[in-house]
Amino acid sequence: MLVLAIESSCDETAASVVRDGRLILSSVIASQIDVHSRYGGVVPEIASRKHMEAIVPVILQALDDARVSLDDIEGVAVTRGPGLVGSLLVGLQAAKSLAFARELPFVGVNHLEGHVASIFLHERHPDFPFVALVVSGGHTNIYRVSDFGSFKTLGQTRDDAAGEAFDKAAKLLDIGYPGGVVIDRLAKNGDTGKIPFPRSMKNSLDFSFSGLKTSLLSYTKKRTTPIEQNEIPDIVASYQEAIVDVLVGKTLRAAEISGTARVVVVGGVAANSRLRYRFHDDAAKKGIEVFIPPISLCTDNAAMIAVVGDHRLSRGERDGFDLNALSRWPLAFRQEDEKFGS
Amino acid sequence: MRENGFSLCLISKSAEETREIGRIIGEQLGAGDILALTGELGSGKTCITQGVARGIQVPDEYGITSPTFTLINEYPGRVMLYHMDMYRLTGPEDLADMGYEDYFYGDGLVVIEWAEKISDILPADNLYVSMRYLDESSREIRIAGDSGKAGKISAALKAGGFC
Repeated sequence: MLVLAIESSCDETAASVVRDGRLILSSVIASQIDVHSRYGGVVPEIASRKHMEAIVPVILQALDDARVSLDDIEGVAVTRGPGLVGSLLVGLQAAKSLAFARELPFVGVNHLEGHVASIFLHERHPDFPFVALVVSGGHTNIYRVSDFGSFKTLGQTRDDAAGEAFDKAAKLLDIGYPGGVVIDRLAKNGDTGKIPFPRSMKNSLDFSFSGLKTSLLSYTKKRTTPIEQNEIPDIVASYQEAIVDVLVGKTLRAAEISGTARVVVVGGVAANSRLRYRFHDDAAKKGIEVFIPPISLCTDNAAMIAVVGDHRLSRGERDGFDLNALSRWPLAFRQEDEKFGS
Repeated sequence: MRENGFSLCLISKSAEETREIGRIIGEQLGAGDILALTGELGSGKTCITQGVARGIQVPDEYGITSPTFTLINEYPGRVMLYHMDMYRLTGPEDLADMGYEDYFYGDGLVVIEWAEKISDILPADNLYVSMRYLDESSREIRIAGDSGKAGKISAALKAGGFC
């Protein structure tokens, strides 16, 4: 099935054309293209309208890049939540309009399930069941995944997400933006054991990164002399290692507890090179297979939404034109092996 | 901060104490109230909000997590809790995308982290809580607002053993 997918849950406006939930024909992300050239060079001043301005050019670009027309599209998938309702509605309305005008089936997809499903766009992907770590700026969750739509939450953050811990540390140290990328780069020349930052919640699969952030704040406040540039690599390498340690440790423990030897790592933070290295290294020692998509599929994109959409549309699932956006949409509540989306 | 209002200042010795102070504040708040939180990174804004959520009876199974990247987190309680974060906004103009008027003038309790970024457009009768880092575990918590609301909170905090 040839699916057009749209994603607009947070910062990115994205569209993608994917064949059979496996083959990406195009994947367009607004921040990476010159949206305004399609509007004759009108550059808007206010970022708040960016989804609305980007949505049509992004969809057109996705069709162009895939060398298909709307006549070829067989179904539409769109992110329904979780996210900002105002942002979600832009994508949802576009999807509904297309589906209505072209008489195409459409389904609303969970953004987090999309992240998990992004692994199926990678040549090397696991069979069900597996344990998945979804780790980004806004989310840090461990799931046991038995099938599409069948998730059990094993762990989640109690305060800050891992991506936020990276971003705020970069802000505290004033080393630039985006924080995760800057820290990843600077940490390569640092000593991971130089500063003993805390690893919290050792006896749980839940995460807490707020204490780590406070620990870094205290480290900077206790100093009597300003932090020199040449100290930054050791500081960020130690800080990054504290995050990586708990992400890797808890996810592999979750796999052992739930009796699966397959682990999937997805979301923006899965682009972190130290995290990728440590996952492969630590998992190999435990006989666990690790699957991480290429970096282009880790950050928010629409191709991952097409994977879930293709699966559901192929089974004959349809959503109605009264489908609403959901700001909060957990994949599964704790302790419940429930099916969602009903 | 308002000149002619009511204000008090307390010291929290731990994250648990900060949450307890938040809980007592939350118990006094309801539909239509806006709690504006200010203070540097790591000063405890999300921590005190975790307490506020319990104070308006958001069930324990809802973990109150940082809204920095998601911008708004919504939780059901005695009234809806809208937990917003202005950290990533460049200014008030970005708020339009968030449909902020629906929240500010709606039927829930709005808690806003990094409220200083939008001070120009905040309604006048807010409760302000500013937080300051003292040492690894201690924080200064300054509460200000009109004498009615902040006064009630002050009395409740005294009854709870604070101040």
